[in-house]
Amino acid sequence: MTRALAVLLSCQLAGTVIQQAMGLPVPGPVLGLLILLVLLVRGGGPSPELHGTAQGLLKYLGLLFVPAGVGVVTELPAIEQNALALAVAIPVSTILGLLVTGVLMQFFVGRRADA
Amino acid sequence: MHKLLPLPFFHVWAYLQTQPLLGLTATLCVWELAVLLDRRAGHKAITNPTILSIGILAALLLTTHTPYRAYFTGAQYVHFLLGPATVALAVPMYANLPAIKRHFVGIFASLSAGSVVAAASAMLIARALGAPHLVIVSLGPKSVTTPIAMGIAQDLGGSPPLAAVFVLITGLFGALVCTTVFRLARVPDWRAQGLAAGTAAHGLATARMLSLNQTAGAFGGLAIGLNGVVTSIAVPVLVTIFGL
Repeated sequence: MTRALAVLLSCQLAGTVIQQAMGLPVPGPVLGLLILLVLLVRGGGPSPELHGTAQGLLKYLGLLFVPAGVGVVTELPAIEQNALALAVAIPVSTILGLLVTGVLMQFFVGRRADA
Repeated sequence: MHKLLPLPFFHVWAYLQTQPLLGLTATLCVWELAVLLDRRAGHKAITNPTILSIGILAALLLTTHTPYRAYFTGAQYVHFLLGPATVALAVPMYANLPAIKRHFVGIFASLSAGSVVAAASAMLIARALGAPHLVIVSLGPKSVTTPIAMGIAQDLGGSPPLAAVFVLITGLFGALVCTTVFRLARVPDWRAQGLAAGTAAHGLATARMLSLNQTAGAFGGLAIGLNGVVTSIAVPVLVTIFGL
């Protein structure tokens, strides 16, 4: 597990160094994800250890959101002041996103013989 | 809270506020409680353990007048793992590479279009209804998974906690409405449904699709990772184009 964690953290570190050095808008961990993906493709897939550690971390993804989410206590005034904008913007944009991606992908897979 | 305590306990309480132990213990205990409640309730969209834990911990902080910073002294150790967990998304993405390659054009075009429409409409509606810059840029990445959304919001001068809250609301709403939207819009294909759910409403809607169909779940997982990348490039560009 320590080796898998070392791999994950090294990718994150490399991604963060690249982001900071080049001033990219993409967060360091996302660049780290891409770096690991390239490594996996070149190396023929994750080791059982890396696979297990990744699955273990992702299983608790819901827990990892909690500390940041509790930060809502510092943002309550901002949410109250913008209640109307948020109550419209979030549902409408979410439905639009579902519609656009769903309908387009339906069109693409529907055209193919193997659909 | 501290006004109600006898003096020796006041000292203990004041001491604990400066240490990581209490915040970290509270986070894990409340999470276990939330998982138990969710299981008892039969895994309803509204009893999502993340939402429950945030609600309970936020209520605890407010009733005990504990500053968020004191809580985060401990909770930061859990928070830190979001970085490696984001990198770890590469592992399930790798497993889905054959499916990605087979439908590359369709996936890339549909996902990018849906991602840009969701982010742009959220930010433009919020601006039209008078929201300030901080709220608008925190809304931009609301369709992607929390660690990525928080990173994007921070880089654009938004508020990471606010972005985290918007992500959660989006996921809850998406999980509630996705099946109805697909029925009304005539999207019967599981691959299209999963991709749309993962693109517009990340893990929460993907979990809903996974409970209905394995293929839909796999395409949802793929969409979460890909949309994280697409959104982190698209939102800064949209903010510049629209001058948000």
